[in-house]
Amino acid sequence: MAGLLRRAVERRSADVPITIDGVSVRAKEGDLLITAVLLHRSSLRKFEFGPGDRAGFCWMGACQDCWVALADGRRVRACTTIVEPGMAVLVEHADVAGDRHG
Amino acid sequence: MADPVVIVGAGPAGLRAAETLARAGIVPIVLDEAERPGGQIYRQPPPAAARDASAVYGFEARKAEAIHRVLDACAGRIDYRPRTLVWNVFGNRLDVLSRDGHSELSFDRLLLATGAMDRVLPFPGWTLPGVTTLGGAQIALKSQGVAIGERVAFVGGGPLLPLVVHQYAKAGVQIVAALDATPFAAKVAQVAGLATAPATFAKGLWYTARNRLRGVNAASAIRALRAEGNGRVEALVWRDASGAEHRVACDAIGASFGLRPEAQLADLAGCRFVHQRESQLWLPERSAEGRSSVAHVYLAGDGASIGGADVAELQGRRTALALLTDLGRDVDAREAARLDRALARQARFRRSLDAAYPFPRHLVEAVDDAELVCRCEGITAGTLRAAVRERGADEANRAKALTRVGMGRCQGRVCGEAAAALIAQCASADVERIGRLRAQPPVKPIPIVAGAA
Repeated sequence: MAGLLRRAVERRSADVPITIDGVSVRAKEGDLLITAVLLHRSSLRKFEFGPGDRAGFCWMGACQDCWVALADGRRVRACTTIVEPGMAVLVEHADVAGDRHG
Repeated sequence: MADPVVIVGAGPAGLRAAETLARAGIVPIVLDEAERPGGQIYRQPPPAAARDASAVYGFEARKAEAIHRVLDACAGRIDYRPRTLVWNVFGNRLDVLSRDGHSELSFDRLLLATGAMDRVLPFPGWTLPGVTTLGGAQIALKSQGVAIGERVAFVGGGPLLPLVVHQYAKAGVQIVAALDATPFAAKVAQVAGLATAPATFAKGLWYTARNRLRGVNAASAIRALRAEGNGRVEALVWRDASGAEHRVACDAIGASFGLRPEAQLADLAGCRFVHQRESQLWLPERSAEGRSSVAHVYLAGDGASIGGADVAELQGRRTALALLTDLGRDVDAREAARLDRALARQARFRRSLDAAYPFPRHLVEAVDDAELVCRCEGITAGTLRAAVRERGADEANRAKALTRVGMGRCQGRVCGEAAAALIAQCASADVERIGRLRAQPPVKPIPIVAGAA
């Protein structure tokens, strides 16, 4: 599946290995999680109240559209989270809505 | 020890305020959500993604670097705390979430420099992956060096539109449309006023001219727009001023319509708000010197009223002087007068800019009943209209209680202005009478674990 984003500026940063729904991809050091995922995928999560997917919107931590689930149980806002080695992002099978109930 | 002076926000307003206080011998605490200082306008890429300032900020590189240097220049005299969210104000106490968990912080004086975000209006397809705000498109490029797509369309209703188009064109991204929802005639009518800030206006013209040179498909006064696509953006469709429909294939759309203040903390602090007719925004009341309606609470920058980065710097300095005066300190009266004159000049320019980019109410009023107004919880325009017509929900908070519009994760940041415009249209009332959504703590989602700690 082609990603939404494309790198307009190439940079030589160290690779950061992560997985998206179990598939290994390489992010770069200094990538935000929203960047790392959307370079490879077209969405961050399923919309929990209706059809369709979501892929973030404001990129400044205001709209709260880009919350993603990690396999370790964490839920993070992808536009304010720097990618870390080993992050395992769940797009298709996550329950991001779970944070509404603690 | 006496309670500190606390500043919320490390953009141009907050940092200039902190610098002014530090020079007067006060050590302010600066709380900011971001990893690095600069705010959104002068946002710094993460260290590992750092680039040359002129590549990131263009014309504004010198100003950006000056803002970024403030903390170093005041080393030890500003208590800067990044990655820190202030999620509540209660009396003279802040509820704060940082990497270390949850804490409270009491203040003697509070200076809010909380900045702005894009003003968003719904249109068919606006929740499709590939649609971002203009600010979002800009941040992706500035902070990460990524474009929101290969073939990008931009839609706006404020001066950010030509700027983002320019930045994307310069980065080599293919731009397929640049559409302004406001009429070009409004800008022509304001030329005299806009020229009162010659540097800014010249820069705007320069951006516009460069855009035209690059052959961007541009239009003003568009009547309607919609994003199309199966699972992600595939096309943008718009109706021009004559009513003719146009369609262009694209894989991303940046769209938003001016800016709105992030004023939730001012609301929780008890500040009085006023409705500004020109911008159609509710703003916390602020004196020219930066005092709010609440003693000990001060306001500066776009978080109080939209003025842009230069105004934010001036207001940050001026507001800090007012705060120092209120603390009984001697301040340089000539410096205060100089700042007041500069701010008065900027205010004239701003009035013209607001008139040049009127609120594109027609876009909201054209929204179909099936379209989502609240993207957090999937509430449609039809649900909202029905609440107004059938249940008398002609006030913003009443409509929120009945429909949940404004109750989702974003707390009405995204849907608030559009919902108010829809309610006003439906109730045949002036939008000011619809009121504004009251802020609720936490102003952003916080982990329950942290809250319980």
